[in-house]
Amino acid sequence: MAATPATESQYKVDTLIAEDIDAYLDLHQHKSMLRFITCGSVDDGKSTLIGRLLYDSKMIFEDQLAALEADSKRVGTQGGEIDFALLVDGLAAEREQGITIDVAYRYFSTEKRKFIVADTPGHEQYTRNMVTGASTADLAVILIDARKGVLTQTRRHSYLAHLIGIRHIVLAVNKMDLVGYDQARFNEIVADYRAFATSIGIEQFTAIPISGFRGDNITGPSPNTPWYSGPSLIHHLETVEVDTTDDQARPFRMAVQWVNRPNLDFRGFSGLIASGSIKPGDPVRILPSGKVTKVARIVAFDGDLPQAVAGQSITLTLADEVDCSRGDVIAVADNPPEVSGQFEATLVWMDEQELVPGRSYWLKLGTQTVSATVQPPKYQVNVNTMEHLAAKTLDLNAIGVVTLATDRPIVFEPYAAARDLGGFILIDKMSNATVAAGMLHFSLRRAQNVHWQATDISRDHHATLKNQRPAVVWLTGLSGAGKSTIANLVEKKLARMNRHTFLLDGDNVRHGLNRDLGFTEADRIENIRRVGEVARLMTDAGLIVITAFISPFRAERDMVRQMMAPGEFVEVHIDTPLSVAEERDVKGLYRKAREGKLKNFTGIDSPYEPPINPDLHIDTTQVTPDEAAEFIVKRLIP
Amino acid sequence: MVDKQPLTHLERLESESIHILREVVAECEKPVMLYSVGKDSAVMLHLARKAFYPSPPPFPLLHVDTTWKFRDMYALRDRMAVESGMELLVYRNPEAEARGINPFDHGPLHTDMWKTEGLKQALDQYGFDAAFGGARRDEEKSRAKERIFSFRSATHRWDPKNQRPELWNLYNVHKAKGESIRVFPISNWTELDIWQYIQLNDIPIVPLYFAAKRPTVERDGMLLMVDDDRFPLAPGETPIQRSIRFRTLGCYPLTGAVESEAATLSDVIQEMLLTTTSERQGRAIDKDAGGAGMEKKKQEGYF
Repeated sequence: MAATPATESQYKVDTLIAEDIDAYLDLHQHKSMLRFITCGSVDDGKSTLIGRLLYDSKMIFEDQLAALEADSKRVGTQGGEIDFALLVDGLAAEREQGITIDVAYRYFSTEKRKFIVADTPGHEQYTRNMVTGASTADLAVILIDARKGVLTQTRRHSYLAHLIGIRHIVLAVNKMDLVGYDQARFNEIVADYRAFATSIGIEQFTAIPISGFRGDNITGPSPNTPWYSGPSLIHHLETVEVDTTDDQARPFRMAVQWVNRPNLDFRGFSGLIASGSIKPGDPVRILPSGKVTKVARIVAFDGDLPQAVAGQSITLTLADEVDCSRGDVIAVADNPPEVSGQFEATLVWMDEQELVPGRSYWLKLGTQTVSATVQPPKYQVNVNTMEHLAAKTLDLNAIGVVTLATDRPIVFEPYAAARDLGGFILIDKMSNATVAAGMLHFSLRRAQNVHWQATDISRDHHATLKNQRPAVVWLTGLSGAGKSTIANLVEKKLARMNRHTFLLDGDNVRHGLNRDLGFTEADRIENIRRVGEVARLMTDAGLIVITAFISPFRAERDMVRQMMAPGEFVEVHIDTPLSVAEERDVKGLYRKAREGKLKNFTGIDSPYEPPINPDLHIDTTQVTPDEAAEFIVKRLIP
Repeated sequence: MVDKQPLTHLERLESESIHILREVVAECEKPVMLYSVGKDSAVMLHLARKAFYPSPPPFPLLHVDTTWKFRDMYALRDRMAVESGMELLVYRNPEAEARGINPFDHGPLHTDMWKTEGLKQALDQYGFDAAFGGARRDEEKSRAKERIFSFRSATHRWDPKNQRPELWNLYNVHKAKGESIRVFPISNWTELDIWQYIQLNDIPIVPLYFAAKRPTVERDGMLLMVDDDRFPLAPGETPIQRSIRFRTLGCYPLTGAVESEAATLSDVIQEMLLTTTSERQGRAIDKDAGGAGMEKKKQEGYF
């Protein structure tokens, strides 16, 4: 076993536990909690450091130690000596590869505090894991190998920790034993780091010379570094101020999670207090409605509370019967957060599928879930050099600054001021994956200054004059499926019935309105969005709109459905097998696509996502175009 | 203005767990709480009662039974269901019941059929889309890497390489039809936290956690309690009365006792803190398939 310098190795608690357990429990009960993240690469000794912290705080039991000794001999990297890293590299796949591939959480406590450590890998391809671990951390320990100094990865880890808003940074200069505990080397590294840290806005950090393997300056001062008079790592972690106390001093905000209605006489609003404090009688404002009322009670299982503070999950009742439901935010009446629908934000992309600008994603912020679309990035950040790069999209682990718009206004605060109402995730509507983490910077005022102009002649009036119900008949299907032919027939039949119609055809629209768009995924989405907006204006005018667009992506067809009044969107799948459409090849496009002269051609090198539940399904191998048109007309005018 | 003072770690943990419980109820269609009657389940149930007070927790309790639990466990289970005002569902795998699967004759098949298969069958039968479980990350290495909201395919498999990032306290519960979520509200609690919370909140737990004279026999180095007459004794063997208690509770023929005099919560905690073996050491389940036993079982659908 590695030499453990004279430390208070079990943090001085053993005697107390043995002699007066109730005194110990009383001490433990009043401990505060610090959550921190350790950042470093495979070779920096991160897992060894965490293993050491667990070992020294007696979180490792005899049976685990026996297993560890056996494992160290079998697969250890310390020449048969105890390899602490094996304690924390959890999954079988990782142990074999000798790297940490995910976020793992560890627990230990000292006599002053309880700690939760997020152990995350250091490779660039695991940026998303580090951001995940950092999102709940109060403090970051950045590990440096004393032999190597400040490396690219040190800069990356520091940038990410700072980006996610961690205010306490510890620079742990590790493996001091391997540089002979050289003070000059330590000072050189600290000076290098300070120059870099200042340049990205990190104002202060605490540098500690350590050896995770030998135990220097981990739990107490090391005799090997007499020149160092600062705190040991544990001492610093035990005494640094925890962020949650700062949250209590900020204005009151609580996102409503759940409305508690056991009976008609009780209506409670449950949530986690994001900031501030609250007591019965305090005036509050419900957002986004803006209604003002007072807190009546703070209801709890063990009896009503006289007050509650940031970090507590509570249920409160209000003095008046105001509308309030999940997604609303209850805030201090005279200092409420903003409400907006357009933002600038930083995105960390976390999915294999890259960002598709213009596509509609779910955005979850606090307890609000809305649809949101993202514009092409203003720029991407090179996480190694902090340079701003031009970018059309963001792929896995990329970080960029974007503007985004939500389909309805949300209650928010800038992330820099408040994590709870400024941090959000994006969810892909098809795969349900969490594709990005985001941090709101500020609201773009545009949305607030362009008001909806109310008009006197309503859409109902337009429709009534025409004696018809407006609708959008949306034909979707492969190129050559027969959409345009059938659309044309439908319009003719409706015209004969004196209906007011308009046909929007894919090819025609691309000659004018959408002349600037190509056939990339992003352009196709924008194409459909514009057609959807035009179709909506036409239904406002009372028309029956027939559209013929390949519209290959489900998400965009659903987006158009959302734009329309309920029941007015009729999705018709013109279903022709690819082989049949390719054989027809009316416009000769399939041949060109097969020859590689046409890129992003649906069905060949770009996917078609058929509707899952279309309002009408037309199998063109079974019916003639005229019969198909007849079906559609019957659906519209029964 | 309120005096600034940090919440204690137990207050922060409690608050986090309640937040998780409420998110699931607000966003999932048909949640259920897996209730195994152990101390972790006891804490989880107590947190649920706090989270939804004055309503009773708006989901049922599900006990995936093996018919081999300690008798004291069945008694507490029924009592807590009544006290909490929640519906109690008890599920026993009919095939395991018909074939008489038991821990004495069938080894690992016992856990697989009663627990792993039984759980999957129960979730399918009732169509639950979210199930709360009382697992903690400090219990075992593969648990340390599992998300709080852990997704299962339509066939209940866990894919550890493909877990959703979990940021801040934002949980993504969107899922495809047939998929379900296992949710672990007490992920961040340690064994000591659990005990201390039980003590501070006076939460009822199975008396087997406290030392008492009980009839025992030794098997493969483990001290087992003879809880009923199904326990096969060797010819001439009589159980020996020993002062024992249990650190974890499962099927009585698979759960090793420790000799102890700890008869109060303080004594139990003291013993736990001074002991030198980990809590799952008394469980046969972790030892199958080497160090990766639990990870493998979890991938197959075990909780």
